[in-house]
Amino acid sequence: MAVATLAFYLFACTAVAAGALVVLSRNPVHSVLWLILAFFSSAGLFVLMGAEFVAMLLVIVYVGAVAVLFLFVVMMLDVDFAELKAGMAEHLPVGLLIGVVLLTQLALALGGWAFSDAAPALREAPAEAVGQVHNARALGRLIYDDYVFLFQAAGLILLVAMVGAIVLTLRHREGIKRQDVLKQIHRERHEAVELLDVKPGQGI
Amino acid sequence: MLSADLYVVLPEALLALFAMAALMACAFGGQDRWASGLTWLTAAFFALLGLIVSFRDGGQEAFGGAFVSDGFARFAKALILFSAAAVLALSENYLRRRRILKFEYPVLIAMATLGMMVMVSAGDLMSLYMGLELQSLSLYVVAAFRRDSVKSTEAGLKYFVLGALGSGLLLYGASLIYGYAGATRFAGIAEAVHEGGLSLGLLFGVAFLCAGLAFKISAVPFHMWTPDVYEGSPTAVTAFFATAPKVAAGALFARVLFDAFGEVSAEWRQILAFLAVASMFLGSIAAIVQTNIKRLMAYSSIAHMGFALMGLAAGTQQGVEALLVYLSIYVAMNVGAFAFIMCMERDGAPVTGIGDLAGLARTRPGQALAVSALMFSLAGVPPLLGFFGKWMVFVAAVDAGLAPLAVAGAVASVIGAFYYLRIVKIMYFDEPGLSLTGSMPFAHGLALTAAALVMSLGWAPGLSGFGVPELAATAAAALFN
Repeated sequence: MAVATLAFYLFACTAVAAGALVVLSRNPVHSVLWLILAFFSSAGLFVLMGAEFVAMLLVIVYVGAVAVLFLFVVMMLDVDFAELKAGMAEHLPVGLLIGVVLLTQLALALGGWAFSDAAPALREAPAEAVGQVHNARALGRLIYDDYVFLFQAAGLILLVAMVGAIVLTLRHREGIKRQDVLKQIHRERHEAVELLDVKPGQGI
Repeated sequence: MLSADLYVVLPEALLALFAMAALMACAFGGQDRWASGLTWLTAAFFALLGLIVSFRDGGQEAFGGAFVSDGFARFAKALILFSAAAVLALSENYLRRRRILKFEYPVLIAMATLGMMVMVSAGDLMSLYMGLELQSLSLYVVAAFRRDSVKSTEAGLKYFVLGALGSGLLLYGASLIYGYAGATRFAGIAEAVHEGGLSLGLLFGVAFLCAGLAFKISAVPFHMWTPDVYEGSPTAVTAFFATAPKVAAGALFARVLFDAFGEVSAEWRQILAFLAVASMFLGSIAAIVQTNIKRLMAYSSIAHMGFALMGLAAGTQQGVEALLVYLSIYVAMNVGAFAFIMCMERDGAPVTGIGDLAGLARTRPGQALAVSALMFSLAGVPPLLGFFGKWMVFVAAVDAGLAPLAVAGAVASVIGAFYYLRIVKIMYFDEPGLSLTGSMPFAHGLALTAAALVMSLGWAPGLSGFGVPELAATAAAALFN
């Protein structure tokens, strides 16, 4: 128990600190690296909750793919962050004001913290209890049985995103050499090799 | 279990399969050479689905209440499908002549329409969001469809960034509602509200949700994106923006407010009343200085959404009925108006200035007459149908005890009448300058004439609005059961 508690505080503090450093660090590459640390600590928290599958997903998908993609983008796009930040000083007061007002309002809402009486019952976990069934299976049941409609709709949204990206960026330029494997395989010997009878001292 | 659910979502499933099959067929087949045919085919498919939806039996739920197919949803879906079919059929000619017709266009429009159908059938905060994103994401892309134009790209980007902000607000509200009510199903939220009343947290959630939806329907103060996006997008896309998505967002607004928060309507009615008044006035006043007809139609749409929201602000069944009737009339007027705007060109290049219409009555008397009828109807001049839409909304507001709101609406519509009538004045009394060239394709002429005739004659006692008011009444009753 003590180990679990210790681990929880370790992971939680690391996650919060790394999250703060993502925003605070000056170098964007460092930001992404801190983000990866935040993902790892969150994965640790998931493991502590007994959700190994989600933890592995977080590591594989977010750290393995998304964060690496971020890293590439940050490194490849030569974004001048100093310039971006210069504009920020101008809008900071207004933004800060709106933020403070919103925060105050939310604090007021939180002050009047009152869940609906029916809320606890309605929020009863839709999945089976941890330990009853393997959590990949529990997740699968939720996604493919209860929420199959939403899952399919999400799939369509991703399809639209893909189609959109292609429509807006793909250009078929003329005169570009492309690799055509079939063409390469079907090349005949006589197309590739020409035998010339070169006379001595003349060249071609 | 699943097959029963699938039967309920059959029209949506068919549309999704159609879009994906078309995408595959064109990607591996004829590419953009098939784009023209596919656009017409998609329009025909929309119309067919519209008929199927109209004649299905209603009042079913699927997927545990996440998807509701009641009379209200079917009315909105039929309206969305028919208007999308009309606009798609009109846009084929426009896009083909501008050489920007690609086969992805009808596919994306089909996806957007699918999103709208999911939106109006949403019975759950999650399906609400899924439908909304499917619609918005497709629309962001088609807004930037003219890739080599800076304005079109700007429109797409602006729409995307601001739309994402709107989605963020909406999601924030949804998460607050889920936290405080403990459910994402509208029925569950209604239950929680019934037992515990509207706590402060829930009220915050509703306010954010309304802000997010107001963004999508472009109600003031969340309207900033509208004029730029309308101006920058290709006109065919603008025509689409001004019709089906408005119906979807309006119907979704009604659905979430009445299904989930119907019991505490007093709380959210003031939010909607504010949105309605601000939109009506800003839309009417800001349109006065516009010289570009697409921007003018953008402000006009803002003002019209204000009137439509007034029906919602009434918070009664009568109000929802007025909202549906208003949206139907608005969509019909816009299809006609944009059929004309799409054909405004000089020497093959599209023109969008109001001044370009000068003297149209002399060069093209028939078109000028039809456009005048539509403008009078948009302004709400009796006895055209546009007047009856406004009348129903005003009566609903007065009956719900919102007489000041109705008075404000009447004042705003008088202000708004100025710029609609100015177009009529330019067409009839200004000296012709460089006149418009190019002929109007048959489909556009047909749409323009039909819309003008419907607006001019729909009030006749024998026609009684083509039965739309009765259908809207049935639909509104379904929402309240």
